[in-house]
Amino acid sequence: MAFGQGRSSGGRGRGRGGDKKPGDKEKGQRRTLFRRRKVCKFCADKIDDINYKDVKLIGPFVPERGKILPRRISGTCAMHQRKLQTAIKRARQIALIPYVTD
Amino acid sequence: MADRQYELVYILPPDTTEQQVAELHEQVEGVVSRLSGQIEKTENWGRKRLAYQIGHHKEGVYVLDVIHGSGELMKELDRRLRVMDQVIRHMIVRVDEEKKVVERTRAKRQSESERRRVKRGLPPTRQPGEGRSIEIEDTDDDRFDGVEV
Repeated sequence: MAFGQGRSSGGRGRGRGGDKKPGDKEKGQRRTLFRRRKVCKFCADKIDDINYKDVKLIGPFVPERGKILPRRISGTCAMHQRKLQTAIKRARQIALIPYVTD
Repeated sequence: MADRQYELVYILPPDTTEQQVAELHEQVEGVVSRLSGQIEKTENWGRKRLAYQIGHHKEGVYVLDVIHGSGELMKELDRRLRVMDQVIRHMIVRVDEEKKVVERTRAKRQSESERRRVKRGLPPTRQPGEGRSIEIEDTDDDRFDGVEV
């Protein structure tokens, strides 16, 4: 409950300063409502070891073109993205994952 | 002497016979034992499709060796593998430190969860049939939808 109260009071504070129409806030909220929160797959599934041999695990992070999926899209946390990066680069060296595909 | 753990992956042409694979493995073993290392295990992944062509080859026979030894040994092994023309690709990766980190985080997570469970007055390990199933947890996420941009 404390969470909801905090948010509403924050909104009022902003409204006092900027004289916003009441409709604005609602529109903004609705826009973000549709966006699904991205969660780091490795944190959520508690995967400690990102291994270069595990193509099944790494595969989804290498789209068709062969580039590494950026963090802003996959939602991976910084630590796991770093580990994923080395794993992908190693897997590329031994031809498990392509460098580029045209 | 520094005892480190390495993983060696090498790829042979697809038309390599079992015998040739065994011969090459013997060669590798020879180098390893001469420089006082030891092979912990060997895995033959068999014929796999390559993600890209390596010297006109579209397929390759993958072999993985887990080796305990020094850096000098791996340097020598690397040099030799580079010279061998029946090996179309090889890669050496040091793995002992990463494995240590993985084990540490796993142990830490387990002890932490046990501590929390004991604090809540529960037995330290999860009992069968306890907690929510995964399908329910998935819908639980929607609560955060508005917060994250």
